Amino acid sequence: MPGLAAGDAAIDRKRSSATAGKVGLLLLALLVLSELGGCGRAQLQPAGPVSAAEREILYDSLAIMLAIVVPTILAILGVVWWYRPSNRRARRMPDFVYSGRVELVVWSIPALVVIFLGGIAWIGSHDLDPAKPLRSHHAPLDIQVVSLDWKWLFIYPKLGIASVNRLVVPAGVPLHLTLTSATVWNVFWVPQLGTMIYCMSGMADNLYLEASHRGVYYGESAMIDGDGFPDMHFNTHAVSRDRFDAWVQATRGSGPVLNEQTYRALLRQSVPPHPYTYRSVQPGLFADVVLLRLPPGHGPQGAVPGVHPIGGSNVHPAELK
Amino acid sequence: MSAPSSALRTGRDPYHLGHGPSTGAPEYTGHGGGGPAPKRIVVGYGFWIFILSDVVLFSCFFAAYTVLIHARNGGPGPAIFDLRNTAQETACLLLSSFSCGLASLAVGRRSLLWTEVALAVTGAFGLTFIMLEAHEFAGLVTRGYGPTHSAFLTAFFSLVGCHGAHVTAGLLWLGTMMAQFAAKGFKENIRHRYLCFSLFWHALDIIWIGIFTVVYLIGRITP
Amino acid sequence: MTLLGKLTWQAFPLEEPLPLFSGLAVFLVLIAILVWVWRKGHVPYLWREWITSVDHKRIGIMYFMLGSVMLLRGFIDAIMMRTQQAIAFRAPGFLPPSHFDQVFSAHGTIMIFFVAMPFMIGLMNLIVPLQLGVRDVAFPTLNSVSFWLTAAGALLVNLSLLIGQFDRTGWLPYPPLSELRYSPGVGVDYYCWAIQISGIGTLMTGVNFVTTILKLRAPGMHYTRMPMFCWTALAANLLIVAAFPVLTATLGMLLLDRYVGFHFFTDTAGGNSMLFMNLIWAWGHPEVYILALPAFGIFSEVVSTFSSKPLFGYRSMIYATMAICIISFMVWLHHFFTMGAGATVNSIFGIASMIIAIPTGVKIFNWLFTMYGGTVRLRTPMLWAIGFMVSFTIGGMTGVLMAVPPADFQLHNSLFLVAHFHNVIISAVVFGAFAGYTYWFPKAFGFVLDERLGKWAFWLWNIGLWVAWGPGYIVGLEGMTRRLQSYDVAEWRPWLLVMAGGVVIILLGILAQIAQIVVSVRTRDRRRDLTGDPWDGRNLEWATSSPPPAFNFAALPNVADQEPYWDMKTRAREIGQLVRPEPRYEAILMPRNSPTGFVTAFFAVVTGFALIWHIWWLVILGLVGSYATFVVFAWRDHDEELIPAEEVARLDRANRAARTTRLQERMAERESQQESHE
Repeated sequence: MPGLAAGDAAIDRKRSSATAGKVGLLLLALLVLSELGGCGRAQLQPAGPVSAAEREILYDSLAIMLAIVVPTILAILGVVWWYRPSNRRARRMPDFVYSGRVELVVWSIPALVVIFLGGIAWIGSHDLDPAKPLRSHHAPLDIQVVSLDWKWLFIYPKLGIASVNRLVVPAGVPLHLTLTSATVWNVFWVPQLGTMIYCMSGMADNLYLEASHRGVYYGESAMIDGDGFPDMHFNTHAVSRDRFDAWVQATRGSGPVLNEQTYRALLRQSVPPHPYTYRSVQPGLFADVVLLRLPPGHGPQGAVPGVHPIGGSNVHPAELK
Repeated sequence: MSAPSSALRTGRDPYHLGHGPSTGAPEYTGHGGGGPAPKRIVVGYGFWIFILSDVVLFSCFFAAYTVLIHARNGGPGPAIFDLRNTAQETACLLLSSFSCGLASLAVGRRSLLWTEVALAVTGAFGLTFIMLEAHEFAGLVTRGYGPTHSAFLTAFFSLVGCHGAHVTAGLLWLGTMMAQFAAKGFKENIRHRYLCFSLFWHALDIIWIGIFTVVYLIGRITP
Repeated sequence: MTLLGKLTWQAFPLEEPLPLFSGLAVFLVLIAILVWVWRKGHVPYLWREWITSVDHKRIGIMYFMLGSVMLLRGFIDAIMMRTQQAIAFRAPGFLPPSHFDQVFSAHGTIMIFFVAMPFMIGLMNLIVPLQLGVRDVAFPTLNSVSFWLTAAGALLVNLSLLIGQFDRTGWLPYPPLSELRYSPGVGVDYYCWAIQISGIGTLMTGVNFVTTILKLRAPGMHYTRMPMFCWTALAANLLIVAAFPVLTATLGMLLLDRYVGFHFFTDTAGGNSMLFMNLIWAWGHPEVYILALPAFGIFSEVVSTFSSKPLFGYRSMIYATMAICIISFMVWLHHFFTMGAGATVNSIFGIASMIIAIPTGVKIFNWLFTMYGGTVRLRTPMLWAIGFMVSFTIGGMTGVLMAVPPADFQLHNSLFLVAHFHNVIISAVVFGAFAGYTYWFPKAFGFVLDERLGKWAFWLWNIGLWVAWGPGYIVGLEGMTRRLQSYDVAEWRPWLLVMAGGVVIILLGILAQIAQIVVSVRTRDRRRDLTGDPWDGRNLEWATSSPPPAFNFAALPNVADQEPYWDMKTRAREIGQLVRPEPRYEAILMPRNSPTGFVTAFFAVVTGFALIWHIWWLVILGLVGSYATFVVFAWRDHDEELIPAEEVARLDRANRAARTTRLQERMAERESQQESHE
């Protein structure tokens, strides 16, 4: 079939001309992305090893796929334009309905991409498994996270203090977060530090993160949990070791005690106007929450008057600079 | 642009990869290639597909049961099941399937009397099964092991109860079927409906065998 | 226990003006339409020709109309959400959270279950039996029941506007939020019962179409001669049969938890909320392909017709379709990579999800090669198809991106995810529905839609999609999570304003579509499709008149080719006359109309409503009514009626005459062209 052979030759021509465009567009796309990365976008401006690695994977995967996607789109538009009815130069091949070579190519291109990306996914999933400790010469700092009705409780079990709606951590030290929920499901997410994870009642998840640089990073709940959901955010303050120690000392010196009684008060629906701390924490409180020895929260609905979100109860890092 | 005619002469598909050659004559290859299937086949086939979907429904309850089997909330495990009652239930259901088969034979012979008798026997066994199941459930509830006690009991009551609800619906259908045979005789559409009913009834038997194995037998050997 | 269960005056949103007025407005319009129809004396016609109709074409059209009405409803929700997010920067906006949460839940629920599903099922109803060359689906009355149950579910969702409230947990009610403890209102119950009722309808559709496609085909149409749309419809309906029972079971478990205190998904007594996640997505992911596969089929038909070429790599397309059908059941975990499963589990499901991209990519390439070497006519359906190919390629890419678990750890539940699924669902399912709608409209109604307004609609929708959801990707990368009623991050604001602009552009697109219908109906006389083949089509739906007679084909066509109608037409053009001689006309038995579907749906609404409000006597009444309906249906003796041979002959001869005239015109055209060339 001469028609088929000519068809294949034409495809080959098309492909080589598409390659040149492909390289150019890929560069352009990467340029746009690096531009985006440069001007303060959350995930794209990583502040820790986890988010940096995740951004790397994001970019790599995107670049691999763009290398296929952009030429494909151009080819679609090109073919549509070239084979318009009025184009007398276009060679019509109404019998071109099968070509073994084309079939081989169209199955193998996506297959190769997926094999490649699958490798990235496999390695990346194992490297960045949320429950896998980070490599560091510092011992990780343990933090227990409880999501409550519209606020976050951070317990520092070894330091015996707790903080509501403000996570203070030393920069450069790995954090070992153990997360649960005292109400409906939630998602703990600090975009600039990386991996988000579910907080679930009756269960505890493990998550390792680290802030490499000092700074204030926006954290939020990424799962609808009722009326106060939009205001359920907090700031992560990554500070120097000295300032962290000073903060711990200052915290120990003032504020209420977190015990069963004050915890029950904390369970009530509320959006605290300001972050605050507890000078000491009853040992084993977190385990009591996870094992449901303490009652769960009121839940998200049947709103209490006055706690409707107002917007802006917390301060964004951009304004703290 | 003389392509269409050349395509016809050469055959569009030199590799025979789908665009079959135009011979102008239909080619009967089975698989429905011979035109629409007769009504009896269509009805039975459609109902068979429905039964498959029902099996998927049960599979969810089986899955939930196996996930929740150890979530006992301080309560008992499968040790509380009375295997003698289960054996009686199984016997009832198997016998009802047998008499349902006899009813099919009677329908084949157009014997109204034997059809009704066999169906009545089927119904009686089915009803006994339901009563035995209700007895088992009531016994568990009175001992304090109701479905709200633990996730394990929730899953047990739901899985077995879902089957029981199917049998109950089957009994309702069976009664309607008997009335239809009596009122309308062995008309074609009634026989098609009976075909579906017997498929349904036997399928419930198969699902019961699954329940018997997964819940009662395996329950006995797991702590 | 009171007579009306939980239903009291407090159920009516008397102190909340927005839902009250919108609800009242909807129902007043509805009542006004009903009164108008009644006063004009259209009720007997509607009852006879539409409501009780068991004709697959009529049912298909009704499905599509249901989808269109619900599209408007769901789109109003979209406007409200985009407006809220545009203005709620450090401000409460105009929707309090309790209402905003209902709006996004209703939007998702409506768009998936009552827009996308009716669109796809409607087009399948209209076209599959015609393409298979048969007279109806396997179970015509059941088909009517399916439609009316879907409509019953839609009615219940809308009823929640006025009586009580809707679900506030999102379009999938994740426990424990959806458990009685945390959602004590009737919202989740409205959701569950509406979906259960329409879900049964969908399951019946699945059974019906699998049986139809596997057991009812014209003589000679074996599997490798079935049009691509029939193949994708088969795959989608197999998925329905295998997946919808999972939905029914899962929501059933949730209802048991809520109504009788069971512990499937509760936090207490050992219940396991992660079980719900697994079960619901075991349905949810196949559901995506239940919607997308028929759309792929539509695009296959459209691309092939408007490129004047057979579909490239037909067998490859079949393999790709069936591969997607099977693999779609093996990827559900990618909806919750962040739930803490181990790395190996995550990566296996991630790779499985990517594998779906292979057959999908093959489809894109095969459409590309279908156009390659063809004559690409840019009519409106083809524009939708090209818009789809471009947008879907990008949406598919972002999907594969999120299939990489470590990337998903940062993208999950962000607006990036929301942008991704709007990108793919709008470009595949909605564009697919619109492509099918403009392509098959002349088949359904006998005249062609206005091209100019159609092209306006296409460009507005296509640009609107990208203005509305392109920024979604960016704002997601900036760390914005989904479902935020208000926010205080200044960087998000500009993008959310742009997104609100995008929704305005889409609104203009919808207005263009409404104008298109109005203009086309008013000028229908010069848009008539007399031959039944307005686009130079290739499959059997074009071999009969537009609109087709109730019996579709006077004599079942003999199929000898993968494109039977193209084959017939080509030979006719060679010999200068119709290929098939006039058949010996015989009387045709067709199924009789039946009110079963409508009455069943009526009782379903009553039962559903009673269950939602715990009105137990009404529940029993509704169930008994449904059972009685079935017995009455089962008791009838005359379920078919005869269309006399003269009637068949009259209709078929008229169409044959029109086709002969057209053929002769075409021959004359070609001769004069050849002369001018010489």
